[in-house]
Amino acid sequence: MLEQLLFGIEVALNGLMTGVLYALVALGFVLIFKASGVFNYAQGVMALFAALTLVGFQNGQIPFAHLINAVLGTNVHHFGWHLPALLSVVMALASMVLLAVIVERLMLKYLINQEPVILFMATIGLAYFLEGFGDMMWGSEVKKLDIGLPVGPSDSIESFTYDLFGYGFFIDRLDIVAAIVAALLVVTLTVFSQYSKIGRALRAVADDHQAALSVGISLRFIWVVVWSIAGFVALVAGIMWGAKSGVQFSLSLIALKALPVLMLGGFTSIPGAIVGGLIIGVGEKLFDFLLGPIIGGATENWFAYVLALLFLVFRPQGLFGERIIERV
Amino acid sequence: MFYRETGEFRTSYPNDSQTFPIKFDRRLYYIMLFAAFGVIPFLINDYWANAVFVPFLIWAMAALGLNLLTGYCGQISLGTGGFMAVGAYACYKLMTAFPEMSIILCIMFAGVITALVGILFGLPSLRIKGFYLAVATLAAQFFLVWLFNKVPWFYNYSSSGQISAPERTVLGVAVTGSFTEAWAKYLFCLTMVFVFAWVARNLTRGAIGRSWMAIRDMDIAAEIIGVNPMKAKLSAFALSSFYIGMAGAMFFANYLGAIEATEAFGINQSFLVLFMIIIGGLGSIAGSFIGAAFLVLMPVLLKNILVGQMGWNTAIATHLEFIIIGGLIVLVLIVEPHGMAQLWRVAKEKLRLWPFPHAS
Amino acid sequence: MEIENVTLRFGGVTALKDVSFDILEGEICAIIGPNGAGKSSMLNVINGFYHPDEGQIRFRGEHRPTLPPYRIAHMGIARTFQNIALFRGMTTLDNVMTGRVTRMRPNLMKSMLWWGSAEREESENREFVERIIDFLEIQSIRKTLVGRLPYGLQKRVELGRALAAEPSLLLLDEPMAGMNVEEKEDMSRFILDVNDEFGTTIALIEHDMGVVMDISDRVVVMDYGRKIADGPPDEVRNNQTVIDAYLGVQHD
Repeated sequence: MLEQLLFGIEVALNGLMTGVLYALVALGFVLIFKASGVFNYAQGVMALFAALTLVGFQNGQIPFAHLINAVLGTNVHHFGWHLPALLSVVMALASMVLLAVIVERLMLKYLINQEPVILFMATIGLAYFLEGFGDMMWGSEVKKLDIGLPVGPSDSIESFTYDLFGYGFFIDRLDIVAAIVAALLVVTLTVFSQYSKIGRALRAVADDHQAALSVGISLRFIWVVVWSIAGFVALVAGIMWGAKSGVQFSLSLIALKALPVLMLGGFTSIPGAIVGGLIIGVGEKLFDFLLGPIIGGATENWFAYVLALLFLVFRPQGLFGERIIERV
Repeated sequence: MFYRETGEFRTSYPNDSQTFPIKFDRRLYYIMLFAAFGVIPFLINDYWANAVFVPFLIWAMAALGLNLLTGYCGQISLGTGGFMAVGAYACYKLMTAFPEMSIILCIMFAGVITALVGILFGLPSLRIKGFYLAVATLAAQFFLVWLFNKVPWFYNYSSSGQISAPERTVLGVAVTGSFTEAWAKYLFCLTMVFVFAWVARNLTRGAIGRSWMAIRDMDIAAEIIGVNPMKAKLSAFALSSFYIGMAGAMFFANYLGAIEATEAFGINQSFLVLFMIIIGGLGSIAGSFIGAAFLVLMPVLLKNILVGQMGWNTAIATHLEFIIIGGLIVLVLIVEPHGMAQLWRVAKEKLRLWPFPHAS
Repeated sequence: MEIENVTLRFGGVTALKDVSFDILEGEICAIIGPNGAGKSSMLNVINGFYHPDEGQIRFRGEHRPTLPPYRIAHMGIARTFQNIALFRGMTTLDNVMTGRVTRMRPNLMKSMLWWGSAEREESENREFVERIIDFLEIQSIRKTLVGRLPYGLQKRVELGRALAAEPSLLLLDEPMAGMNVEEKEDMSRFILDVNDEFGTTIALIEHDMGVVMDISDRVVVMDYGRKIADGPPDEVRNNQTVIDAYLGVQHD
């Protein structure tokens, strides 16, 4: 019985760590939503794209190798070098900034003052585009991501808890790193958006595009900034997920779970994204642990969504979201 | 020149509210109907039926359904795949439980069952809107597909976890099962889609359609002038799911014959249908057809050209398809948020006045 | 309609404080007051979009329970909005037809087939709507999307949509805001005609004092969520509290 309970606690702890990763992706959503009113469906795919690019740079892959081979009949794959991890991270980050600029130039610029729903659908289009583009550029096979982060079970925690409870907790060191990184990100971003000049401009833009323009805020610059930050968050999330489970298409599906996280936490709240992520991470693991065997398993596929749906019916603005007052 | 309505008068309100009030349009429509019912069935072969026509018709049915909900009533749904799965499995259960029942009834009852499920998942729309709702409908997508995978009752405890359609006939001609001939399959789907497209048109031009559009355009004002929002939204969810359920049933029974829920009705299917109505035209019956035609034809074309002609590998063609679809969605939303149907309307307007640039 | 001691609060803000007045059958009643006086909130309470925290509304002598707005529309209360709230994706005709929603009972099966009563009901209502379109002189824009119409016409279409419901009480929230003199004259004439021809009771909010004094039978003045005066136009015009509210009190 005690064994069971301790195992349950371990499951919950692992869920907590997964939750941190959900929260990381959700954070990117919240940022863009708060700053531009755009609900960026492509955030998950951006994480995938960032991870793909990172791995591609690091391994010296030739971009569009498959396409080049198909068109020219050549057989090229790699440049034959391996870049240091830090350099490739910087290069991947630069690519995400470039992506932000391109997205602004080719898409957002033309969608100023459109209804939020139209923007939302446009980002779904963007997600599709990026998915195809990323695969075309770097190939669609599963890749290993290794930039020297500690992985594998933490021996010290295991032996420490074994001494304490007579049961060694199995916790991945990567998860601990992820938790620390997430905490740092949240603090930095909160400080940035609340206290810096750009942060204030961001909030102005989110409130009303035209009003922000009329007081001299450059909408286009702000959008590039926001999307770059979101790209940065996506890169961080991509690295964590990628190191955990490899860089592959399913990464963007896992990232989709950030959506229910957001609904739980409220679209406008950074702490909400974190708490929502943790609730869903723990919730889905525990639910599957307790009820999965009875009802057939794999409940993680839908638990988050159904939870969010039920929750929304009773509290439409989420846990931390602002109350919606309707007016005529 | 080609397109004049000068001298065409209408003297009664029913006459004025008909679907194609202009003679030229009416003729075009009849010609297309004649081609679809009278010419194509004689020319069609297995390849064309399976690669182009039958999937086109079935996706058009699904797009019609989603368009009722999203295009007319303004409620975004990403659960289309899940609802199609309900239709498919309901149809399967009906076909196997009542072997004597006509396949047409099976498909329609499958639609009715899906409508009930649709109402259930539409309930949150009374509290939440916009993309909140869109995300909530993902619950339907993931939960329903999981359900059909994990509960053996739904697939009659078959060892493969698949469901496969037994043979059923209409007027003595097989329309489901492996011995179905191309023309029979095509004609069956065409008739279903034709009838229900006409029904959709009737719904959207009357009081029910107006209450949906009122909710779409300004829900608060709609409620204040007397539209019951619960009735409008839930009826949109119900009818939309009815169509999507029938599309799922036909997808299973007439088109693929055997399916497995995760593969056939994944989230990509939901997006595909959403893209069809965005590209074709939100809030347009014709748009549902245009969008479906486009998104069915494009991959076939790409595959034929890139893989068939140029010998590239299929993965590249698939990636290119993603890039094109995604890019197109963004482009359409930027250039013409009402899709190709609107472009067609604008073109007609221009033609009507040609060679004069402006209306009176 | 009697409004009795209505109080409405949003969080800590009190939008309406103990307001009582009557709207008599067949009259044109104007509600005026400085910005933020609670006029629009008052209309929102009357048509059931907001529910009063205290007090009650009596309609035709009976206490009106808390109902959702669409039920209240079915009782015969129609309105227009301060910021035009037309259905932008629909034509003028469809907008006005939507106003008939309280008068139509569509049957799902018959509508699906466009058969019998469905088509008949549609045509009968169309006939009525066409009379309103004639009355408001908007025939030529019948099939134009309202999103493309100029402001003045949009206001007129909105009035048409409200009239289509054949309301017994019509609420107009600043029907003349942002119009030029000519358009205001047109609109005033329409309002008077509606009152005359259909006997519709009208409650309107308006800032243009000239118009208010000319067309209304009675004026209710509000300030800071309270009613400060109530009476025929001439009486209100000379009321000291009203003059103070509008022009400010001199402090010397």
